[in-house]
Amino acid sequence: MRTTFAAALVGAALFATPSAAPAAEAGAELMTRDWSFEGIFGSYDDAAAQRGLQVYDQVCAGCHGMKYVAFRTLTDLGYSEEEVEQIASNYTVTDGPNDMGEMFERPAEPNDTWPSPYRNDAEAASIFGKAPPDMSVIAKARVGGADYLYSLMLGYDDEKGMDLSPGNYWNKFYPGNIIAMPPQLYPDLVQYADGTEATPEQMAADVSHFLMWAAEPKLEQRKRLGIGFMLFCTAMALIFYAMNRRLWADIKK
Amino acid sequence: MSADTPTPKFTGVLGWIDYRLPVISWGYKELVAYPTPKNLNYFWNFGSLAGIFLVLQIVTGIVLVMHYTPHADMAFSSIEHIMRNVNYGWLIRYAHANGASFFFIVVYIHIFRGLYYGSYKEPRELLWILGVIILILMMATAFTGYVLPWGQMSFWAATVIVNLFSAIPLVGDSLVTWLLGGFSVGNPTLQRFFSLHYLMPFAIFAVVFLHILALHEHGSNNPVGIDLTKKDKIPFHPYYTVKDVFGLFVALLFFGAFVFFAPNVLGHADNYIPADPLVTPAHIVPEWYFLPFYAILRSITFDIGIFGFTLIDAKLGGVIAMFGAVLVLFFLPWLDTSKVRSATYRPIYFWAFWILLADVVILTYTGAMPAEGIWPTVALIGTIYYFFHFLVLLPLLGRFEKPKPVPESINKPVLPRAAPAGPQAQPAE
Repeated sequence: MRTTFAAALVGAALFATPSAAPAAEAGAELMTRDWSFEGIFGSYDDAAAQRGLQVYDQVCAGCHGMKYVAFRTLTDLGYSEEEVEQIASNYTVTDGPNDMGEMFERPAEPNDTWPSPYRNDAEAASIFGKAPPDMSVIAKARVGGADYLYSLMLGYDDEKGMDLSPGNYWNKFYPGNIIAMPPQLYPDLVQYADGTEATPEQMAADVSHFLMWAAEPKLEQRKRLGIGFMLFCTAMALIFYAMNRRLWADIKK
Repeated sequence: MSADTPTPKFTGVLGWIDYRLPVISWGYKELVAYPTPKNLNYFWNFGSLAGIFLVLQIVTGIVLVMHYTPHADMAFSSIEHIMRNVNYGWLIRYAHANGASFFFIVVYIHIFRGLYYGSYKEPRELLWILGVIILILMMATAFTGYVLPWGQMSFWAATVIVNLFSAIPLVGDSLVTWLLGGFSVGNPTLQRFFSLHYLMPFAIFAVVFLHILALHEHGSNNPVGIDLTKKDKIPFHPYYTVKDVFGLFVALLFFGAFVFFAPNVLGHADNYIPADPLVTPAHIVPEWYFLPFYAILRSITFDIGIFGFTLIDAKLGGVIAMFGAVLVLFFLPWLDTSKVRSATYRPIYFWAFWILLADVVILTYTGAMPAEGIWPTVALIGTIYYFFHFLVLLPLLGRFEKPKPVPESINKPVLPRAAPAGPQAQPAE
C-alpha cells in the first residue's frame, strides 16, 4: 500500500515534468500536418513524394546538395528505372581521373548521389555568406522534422524582412528569425506532372514529404518489420507467461 | 521442490569432456541447479536483462564496426552508408543506439532494486562494488560511443566532457591535451575514442563475470532480506530461466517500440548535423542517462574557499561533485549502518529511498534544462540532498531507526493476519 503510494508520487513527478527536450529557442510554434508516414502503419505517399521531388529538382537543387541520397533509390517512390535514369541525367557530376589523368564532367547515372551545385562548401559560402546545408538528413536534423520544414517554407514575412541587411530574410519559424535563405515558394512555381495546383502550401507539404523520405528511406521497411517483431514478442511473452504460471503453481501455493 | 539437487554424473561425450575440462558440471551447477530464493519478485529480472542487453550491444556493435569508418572525414558518411546501403544496417544501428539507453534504464532499475532491498550489505559488499565498477565502465563506453557518429552533439559533448579534466589543478590542461590527442577535439580524439569504445565492453563483460561469481557465492538477496535456508530456495532452471525469458520478451516489446517506431526520440536532432568546430549548438545536452550527473556538475556555481582565498573554484567543485556522486556508491555498504536489509522493515529508510529516487528524477529533469532561472537552485538543492542521503542520513538511520520485526523465514509471517491476505512476502508470479 505505502509502496504504491510512494511509487505514485515519483510517477507523478515524472509525468508532471514536460518533455525533457529543451525548448527550441525563439521560433514560433510549428504548423503541423497529418503526414501519411506518421503512426505505426505509416508509409510514404508516393504521389506526394514525387511532386516533392519535382519541387526539389526545380527549386531546391539549385542551391542545395543531397550527397547521401543515390538516384537509384528513387525507385522506392514508384519511379521506373528509365525514369530514374532520366531524372539523374539532368544533373552533372564530376568523375575521373580518366585515362588522360584528368577529371571530367558527365551526366549523373542512377548509381550517383545527388551532386552539390558547388565545387565545395567554401565556394558556396563565398556566394551566400554561408553554405546552404546538405539536404540528405535535414528532416532528421531539425527538431520538428517534416513539420519544421513545412513551416519554414511558409514562415517568411516580407514586411518584417524589409529592415534587414541584404541577404537576410525574416522567418517566423527559424530559430532567431533571421535566415539567409530567401523565400522560395510562389504560386504555380512548378507545373505538377499530375496536374495538382501548385500552391505554396501544396509545394511546401510535398517537398517536406520528399525530404523526409530522403532522410529516412527505410521507414516503411522499419515499420513493417516492427509490427512483425511486436506480434512475435507479444506471442512469446504470452506463451512464457502461461508456462511460468504453470511452473510456479506448485511453488506458490 | 528444494534446490538441493546434486550435480549429475555426465556420461558419453559430455562425460569425456567434463572429466578433462569441467565446464559442463560447472555450467550445470551455476546455471541449472544454482539455488535461488523462491520469493524473488519481478525486480530481480533486471540483472539477467542487463546481461542480455550487454550482449546485444556487443553483437550489434561488432557488426556496425564492419561498416563504420573511424575517421573525422568519413565517420558521418559511413553512418549514412550503414543507414542506406547496408542490408538491415538501419536496424543494427537503431538497435545499438537505443540499446545503450535500454542498457542504462535496466541497470538503473537493477541498482535501485539493490538500494531498496539492501542487496549491498554483508556479505555482498564486493558484489555491489563490482556493480559500481560496471556502471563506471558503462558510462565511459556510452560517452565514447556517442562521439563516434561525429555529429554536432558528438563533437561538442566530447569537447565539454573532456574539458572537465582541465579543472584538475596543475596537470589539468596537459591532461586534456593528452586525452584529446591535440589541443581540441579532432581526428585523433575520434580514433582513440573508437579504440576505447571497442575495448571497454569486453572489460565490462569480464567484470560482469566476476559480479556473477560473487553473486553465486552467497546467492541472491530476496525481498524479505533475510538469509534463506535451502528449503526456501529452488533451482534456477527452470523456474527463473522461464521467468527471465518472459521478462525478456516484455522488455523487448518496450525496446521494439523505440527501435521500430520512434528510433530517434531518445537522441538529439543536432547529431544529424555533421560535426562543425566553428558552430556551437544552442544547447549542449548529454544523453538522458547522464542528465542527473550533468545537473550535479552544473549545480556548483560558486567558489569554495576560506578568508577570501579560493581553495576549490566552481568548475573543480562541480567536477568533484559529479564524480563524487558515483564514487560515493563504493562506500555505501559501510555508510548504511543498519543490519536490516529490506526497506520493507525499515519505516524511515523506506521513505528515504523514495525521496532519493524522486531526487534523482528531479536532477535528471534539471540536467535537461538550460542553467538559468530557478534551475541552478533546484540542481543545488537536489545535489545537496543526494549527498545528504548517503553521507548523513544513512549512517544515522542505522543508529536511530527502529526497524519493524523481521520474519525468521519467508514462510512465517511475523504477526498473524486478520484478513485472508497472502503472506507478507509475496513469492514471485
